[in-house]
Formats: sequence, structure tokens, C-alpha cells
Amino acid sequence: MKELALHILDIAENSLRAGASRIDIEIVEDPAEDTVRVAITDDGRGMDEETLKKALDPFFTTKDVRKVGMGLSLLRQAARRTGGDLRVQSRPGEGTAVTAEFVRSHIDRQPLGDMASTITAVLLQNPAIELRYHHAIGADGFTFDTSQVRSVLDGVPLSDPEVLQFIGNLIRERQQLT
Amino acid sequence: MAKLTIEELRRIRDEAKRSRTLREGEGKARITVHMGTCGIASGAREVMNALLGAIDEHGIQDVLVTTSGCAGLCSHEPMATVEYRDTPPVKYAKLTPESIVRVLLEHADKGAIVREHALAIGSEKMS
Ligand SMILES: Nc1ncnc2c1ncn2[C@@H]1O[C@H](COP(=O)(O)OP(=O)(O)OP(=O)(O)O)[C@@H](O)[C@H]1O
Ligand SMILES: [Mg+2]
Repeated sequence: MKELALHILDIAENSLRAGASRIDIEIVEDPAEDTVRVAITDDGRGMDEETLKKALDPFFTTKDVRKVGMGLSLLRQAARRTGGDLRVQSRPGEGTAVTAEFVRSHIDRQPLGDMASTITAVLLQNPAIELRYHHAIGADGFTFDTSQVRSVLDGVPLSDPEVLQFIGNLIRERQQLT
Repeated sequence: MAKLTIEELRRIRDEAKRSRTLREGEGKARITVHMGTCGIASGAREVMNALLGAIDEHGIQDVLVTTSGCAGLCSHEPMATVEYRDTPPVKYAKLTPESIVRVLLEHADKGAIVREHALAIGSEKMS
């Protein structure tokens, strides 16, 4: 993947497929510690111990169209290339938390990329999702929460193309200020 | 770019509510963008973005956009499937932000298959 934002979209696709109604995406960049921590947490169906163990095996998937799953192992490779690592915590019926940590200044650390497009792609797929996105760099940061726009929208779905453009532009603008 | 204010969001809301009454019903076409890992890695998000932008820009009201997971044809990603009225679904392969807009305007909106980018079942090129 060229961007961390594409990995994040891919991990959020797993959350959507697991029936999540809430997804929390957190990116914390710590220049002093030289780390980037990316955490995607959902309240989807979760995994039992055996599935969880296999989930990081690139030759495992519960999909039936293809024999290999790649999303999680790809992200783990990307984190490890920089000297970081990936952690997955999950409980059946409760949800899943995927945390990837990167060494921020490492030459192989992918740029964050277009988070606005990643967020709007998730919202298009499940306009009823409760999504929180937080991005911090040191002491600066911002949070986007679907509840902020939903209270204004009064039943108009978040998947409306103009609403999605609005949200995308909002995140893009905030990202530039961070 | 329109200002990113609550007033602007309210305006979008009111406009959406007004046009929604015109939009009642099923829509004439559905475009499904494949969003598995391979799709995402090869540009599905940009394809999706271009599609949404064009729908907004051209004011197209009766084309639905959905997504699906991996279709098992990873080397042909980014892919999308178009179902136009009662005709059989057509899969499009190796899409770009430009070609998906063509597929939208010619096939999903007007019913004319874009043969150049279409892939028949069994991975054969149509035409
Ligand atoms: N958030 C989640 N909630 C529940 N199960 C999950 C979650 N994330 C991953 N899994 C399980 O782990 C498996 C492996 O996930 P992974 O993303 O690596 O591959 P995949 O989604 O199967 O295929 P793809 O290569 O398209 O991503 C999934 O098939 C699913 O069973
Ligand atoms: Mg996956």
C-alpha cells in the first residue's frame, strides 16, 4: 500500500464486514518518541482465539472467494519494516482492536495519505455507522465525529454525495491545519 | 470550494430533502465497486472518489453506488459491476478515475456498455 490511509481503509473494511455499528480510528504521531500509532477499534462480531491466531496468517481468510487473506498481514509487514509491530485484540461478540505502531522517521514508513477519502469511503458503505476519527501530532490534533454532522442532517443519509463531499473537504481542511 | 460551515451543511440537507422526493424508487442502475485488499491497493478508493464526484457534478439522481469485497480476480482490480435496469450485470476491470466516469455516464446513465473496459464472466474480453 502506498499510504497508511489505504491500510486503514482496508482494516475498516474488515470492521464493516464484521457488522460493526461503531468504528474508532485514531492516529497519534509523537515526534518526540518518533512513533506513529494507528488504532482501529470496532464493536463488530469479533474473533475467537483460534480465528484471531489465524487472522495474522496470510494464508487464512473466512472469505470463500479466495484462499488467502492479506489485509492484516500486509499491515503487520509494513509496521515491522520500520521497526514497529502490529497487535490485534478481539473478543467474540464484543469487537476488535487493531493497533499498528511505526517508527515515524524510518525511510520505509508510508506517508499518512488521503484520510479524507478513506473516511468518506467508509461512510458511503454504511451511512448509519458511528465513526470517530482522531488525528494528533504532538500537542496538536483534531477529531471528526459523525454525530457532529448527523445532528444537523436530520435524517438525510451521510451517503448523500454532497454530504460526503462536505465531510471530505472538512477533514482535508483540518488535516492541513494540523 | 463552498465554505465548510453549519449553514452550508444545512443548505445541503434542505436540498437533499427536496430532491429526495424525486428520487423515490429503486433507481435505474447500480454500480458496485469492489473494495477488497487487492482493490484498495490498486486504486479502488480513487475510483470510488471519482465516481462520487461525477455523480455530484452531473447531478445524477437514480444511480446507486454500493461496494463489495474481493471478487477473486485480484489481477483485474480495480473492478466494478454495473447493473442497468433488467439487463445482466457487467464487470469492468482495471478501472481508473477516468474510465469509471465513462462507465457511469455511458452505461449506468444511458445503458450503453463500455466494451473497452468490460470483462465477461470467465475473464474473457467482450467485443
Ligand atoms: N475487525 C474484525 N472483526 C472480525 N473479524 C475480523 C476482523 N478483522 C479480520 N477478521 C477476520 O480475520 C480474517 C483475515 O482478515 P484479513 O483482512 O487479513 O483478510 P480478509 O479480510 O479475509 O481478506 P482481504 O485480503 O480482502 O483483506 C478475516 O477473514 C476475518 O475472518
Ligand atoms: Mg480484510
